[in-house]
Amino acid sequence: MSFVSRGFRGKRRDEGPSGRVPPGQYLVDDFPVLSAGPTPRTPLEEWDFVITGAIAEPKRWSWDEFKALPSETVTKDIHCVTKWSKLDTVWEGVSLDTLLEDVESAAEYVVAFCDGGYTTNLPLEDVTDGKAWIAYGFDGEPLDPEHGGPARLLVPHLYFWKSAKWVRGLRLLDEDEPGFWESLGYHMYGDPWREQRYWGD
Amino acid sequence: MDEQDLKLDGNAAAGLLRELFAFELTTARGRCENCGAVAEVGTVSVYANAPGSVLRCPQCESVLMRIVSNGGRYWLDARGISWLEIRA
Amino acid sequence: MARAAVLGRLSPIAWQLGEVAELVDETARVKTLVLEVPDWPGHRAGQHVDVRLTAEDGYQAQRSYSIASAPEDERLAITVERLDDGEVSPYLAEELVVGDKLELRGPIGGYFVWEAGQGGPLLLVGGGSGIVPLVAMLRNRAASAASVPARLVYSARSPDDVIYRQELDRVAASDEELEVLYALTREQPAGWTGYARRVDEEILREVAYPSCEGIAFVCGPTRFVETVADGLVAVGYAPEQVRTERFGPTGG
Repeated sequence: MSFVSRGFRGKRRDEGPSGRVPPGQYLVDDFPVLSAGPTPRTPLEEWDFVITGAIAEPKRWSWDEFKALPSETVTKDIHCVTKWSKLDTVWEGVSLDTLLEDVESAAEYVVAFCDGGYTTNLPLEDVTDGKAWIAYGFDGEPLDPEHGGPARLLVPHLYFWKSAKWVRGLRLLDEDEPGFWESLGYHMYGDPWREQRYWGD
Repeated sequence: MDEQDLKLDGNAAAGLLRELFAFELTTARGRCENCGAVAEVGTVSVYANAPGSVLRCPQCESVLMRIVSNGGRYWLDARGISWLEIRA
Repeated sequence: MARAAVLGRLSPIAWQLGEVAELVDETARVKTLVLEVPDWPGHRAGQHVDVRLTAEDGYQAQRSYSIASAPEDERLAITVERLDDGEVSPYLAEELVVGDKLELRGPIGGYFVWEAGQGGPLLLVGGGSGIVPLVAMLRNRAASAASVPARLVYSARSPDDVIYRQELDRVAASDEELEVLYALTREQPAGWTGYARRVDEEILREVAYPSCEGIAFVCGPTRFVETVADGLVAVGYAPEQVRTERFGPTGG
């Protein structure tokens, strides 16, 4: 890469306070919308969230039941593999620890599946012990459909493609199974602090 | 920003497809493996604001093709296309 | 040579450097960049180029811009609308000066393409900056010997937002086979007798050629294109007669 465009600086790319922004990332003020397809529009009366797979008894919540579960408000930094990061984002939702409370399973992995067909895979231990939520509120408001509303998975310690929009459930598995992007070049795990963006990173 | 703005068409993928193929793909015809619709690649729905580019059937919106590129490598999945007819 | 740019086996697409030869203010937010591109292989009306900007720290941004110039022109022209929150368009429309170099590749695209040899009648419907590839088609049409009946419907917010106004009016006045109609959706000049609303099915019914003959090209933001394309089919065009190009947020 030898040519440089005279005077071009691009968007203001703030690398942020040291220690908070992973390598190769820059801060943004807005909240970019990325999408692999049309925004699903599941009516809340038809929405449910299920936990299924390698589990003794599958679990299911309707929207009303889901909203009745104990919820938390958390403030987290998020990091997208396309290089933008956003600090101190505020989310409201149900911890996966709450959802997995009575679940008996020897499974070590989960696949999150969503309206529209998107999937992403994670080790079970990366969505437990206070590391993951099903979020239905952002910044004090109901989550916008373009950002994954009515509810999305939130796993802030991994690249944000793992925080699946329009999530409808988790399937517990014994083996890791690559999801939508993991099956096409993106890293199976996706730790932003080790810059695990692509296969082989 | 109108979320519908995120949906473009095959023209938006033309440059990327030119990096991968030796012929102009937007005038090629293909069949959707999911619903059987046949269309010119120029007319498919393209979602390019994502970690990769996703081409979807204009009739049923199922995924025809996905492309990820990180400068040095490309990944291509075209399972959603039954066949492509290209006039050379 | 221009034909080889679309059909046949293509050579790998490569980035090349063009030099800014002239900058033309089209409207308050829109500028045309006229470029000298030494190894330009030629193009067809409707095709676009990808433009890539590189900052000193290596950061790159890339966008596509429709080619405004006719294939017959010696120099390559692209017309850029400066988007307020854009990353590339403000640089192109405000920072670049004559003599600067610009990295580009092309021509790209084979689907949204017209040349005079394809005949007509030609119905062109453009919204906002969607006018750019359509004007390339009209310029190609003007340069050709054949007289293809053509009608342009151009939707813009106000008279000040109409790109290429003088050229379009001049060509329409001197060419019996070309009709140019404007739909000014937000603001119209006093005494305006043209369309004063968004292009809808009723307008399309009025501008469609008898028996919906010929080809239609529709270009602009996604919502505009879908409304117009659906409308053309509703008034009697077969889907295969309607070619579309949606402009979107990757064009910032």
